[in-house]
Amino acid sequence: MTTLIKIAIRNLTRYRRRSLLTASLIAIGVIAVVVFEAASGAFTGLMIGQMTDAMLGHLQVHRRGYVASIDNLPLTMMLTPDEVAVVEQTLRAQPGVESYSRRLKFGAMFSNYTETTALRLNGVYPEDEWRTLPLLASRIKQGAATLQKGQIIIPDLLANGMGVKIGDTVVVIATNRDGSVNAAQLVVSGVLANVTGPSGRDGYVHIEDATTLLRMDAPEISEVAVRLKDFDQLDQVAGAVRAALQQAKVAGQIGETEVHTWEGLSPFYNVSVLINILALSATLGLVAIVLVSVMNVMLMSVYERVKEIGTIAAMGTMPRTILGMFVIEGLSLGVLGILIGDAVAAAAILLISAIGPTFNFGRETGLVLSPQVDVGRMLIVSAVVLLVAVIGTVQPAFKASRMEPVEALRRG
Amino acid sequence: MSLIVADGLTKTYTKGAVSVEALKDLTFTIDRASFVSFIGPSGSGKTTLLNLIGALDRPTTGRLLVSDTDVRTLDRRAAAAFRGHTIGFIFQEFNLMPVLTAYENVEYPLLLVQRVPAPERKQRVLALLDAVGVADQQNKYPDQLSGGQKQRIAVARALVTNPQLVLADEPTANLDHANAALVMSTMRRMRDSLKTTFVFSTHDPRVMAEAEIVFRLEDGRLVSRDDTGVAA
Repeated sequence: MTTLIKIAIRNLTRYRRRSLLTASLIAIGVIAVVVFEAASGAFTGLMIGQMTDAMLGHLQVHRRGYVASIDNLPLTMMLTPDEVAVVEQTLRAQPGVESYSRRLKFGAMFSNYTETTALRLNGVYPEDEWRTLPLLASRIKQGAATLQKGQIIIPDLLANGMGVKIGDTVVVIATNRDGSVNAAQLVVSGVLANVTGPSGRDGYVHIEDATTLLRMDAPEISEVAVRLKDFDQLDQVAGAVRAALQQAKVAGQIGETEVHTWEGLSPFYNVSVLINILALSATLGLVAIVLVSVMNVMLMSVYERVKEIGTIAAMGTMPRTILGMFVIEGLSLGVLGILIGDAVAAAAILLISAIGPTFNFGRETGLVLSPQVDVGRMLIVSAVVLLVAVIGTVQPAFKASRMEPVEALRRG
Repeated sequence: MSLIVADGLTKTYTKGAVSVEALKDLTFTIDRASFVSFIGPSGSGKTTLLNLIGALDRPTTGRLLVSDTDVRTLDRRAAAAFRGHTIGFIFQEFNLMPVLTAYENVEYPLLLVQRVPAPERKQRVLALLDAVGVADQQNKYPDQLSGGQKQRIAVARALVTNPQLVLADEPTANLDHANAALVMSTMRRMRDSLKTTFVFSTHDPRVMAEAEIVFRLEDGRLVSRDDTGVAA
């Protein structure tokens, strides 16, 4: 094997310019894929973090059908206090759950006494909400990052559009499930930047104020947002919660519920899927580059060395040894391209991370792109390149191993 | 005791409707430790015959025994194994591997064909390089060597596996007179010391004179056998 590797490397150096050109082509492909994956991964990771840590949570529990009607914020599809207790018990039993926040979501009219507009309100237990959404505090651009009874946090759209400031008293009017209209006076304690864009109309009130406003005897819950200890365990935990709630339903403890991960709740998931498809396309492009370039260079190599092949075959070299000789040569070419590509890609990623380019998304400005060197991902890309290099070499190598020595000596 | 026995040997090449009879009904024997030359004009069938004896090609009809092995019965792998253990080859254009040094070229068949252990390999390679007079060139690559040096390294490579038979197709065709004489004397000396049978083709009269037995081929037929060199 050592001899075959030595011969392969010497043959690559024998055609130095061609080998370097092919290795460079492979390296450029590796760099493009690794850097793109790192940058797009950093971008999607950042955006998913913004969505989940400042707004959605990692997963949510609702009564079945609620999400399909979420635009209307229906008060007829709530989880009752008894059902909420079952949900809480279920979540507390899951070791992967870090925290959860119960929300009473409803539509309301917002008035500053001169103007009135529509608003979507979340009645929450502030401590639970803050724990479940660790980036929520950073979204509060004015006022305190807390919420007391009698206070309201309003979206900056309303603050700017209606000239409402911290400390102003406003009126919130809501219709409850029975059709009764009620109003409450609240003090603006914070202004909330919106994650998703300028059209955000979501505000926060204390859940006890929401319960009073909607004339509920005890708070009913529209959704329970859940934060996990490990985001990578999302599907497993969601599955376990789903199964536990199904068992509770069978036991008659709770009605039909539904568990959605952030992917089913945010349109950004489609963007992240698109980015993943682009990354896959880049990988397929890399595969094509490696396949064509390695096959091309190895075919040339075989045609140029027909006499050598005939000579070693005449000396009694077995076909499998000749096959191995050329496969190792193609593999070495792939390894060279990978080493150059991975090294340059890692350096480029570290450089981008050190520079920390910023970008805006929606109303979020100054988001810092900080790609990381993902060794596991680089190993996968490298393995794909090696595999494709071998595939690209097999046909020329097989051709070489099947040459009749007498023909090869005659042609050479 | 004959090393090579050919009986009614023919070789016909067919391409489409056209058939060319390259060898016609050859019958001869060659004893062990002989120094034999096949001579004749271009196209007389010398190379074709050497290819058959070397198990690189198969006769169309007739019987060909080399070291008691019927070469017609060998499949691809068996023929390769047979060549690797029984026959050494010397080519007109030396055919050294350009990426290997002189030492590595001689070592190649021991390493990748016969899988000889390293210590024995080294001893045999150095002994052969010394015997053919190029030990001081062992670390040079073929493109750093003269034609005569290359061919002597090719002789060492052919002999390093201790073959019973060495086939040399026009071994001096690309050499000047002095180098041709040196290579021939080297081959003869190796035959004397190792008792290896040498069979070579040539149309160089000076080389013919070195052979002990000269077979003359014309138009695919064996027209004469001259054993005068043996007595000489």
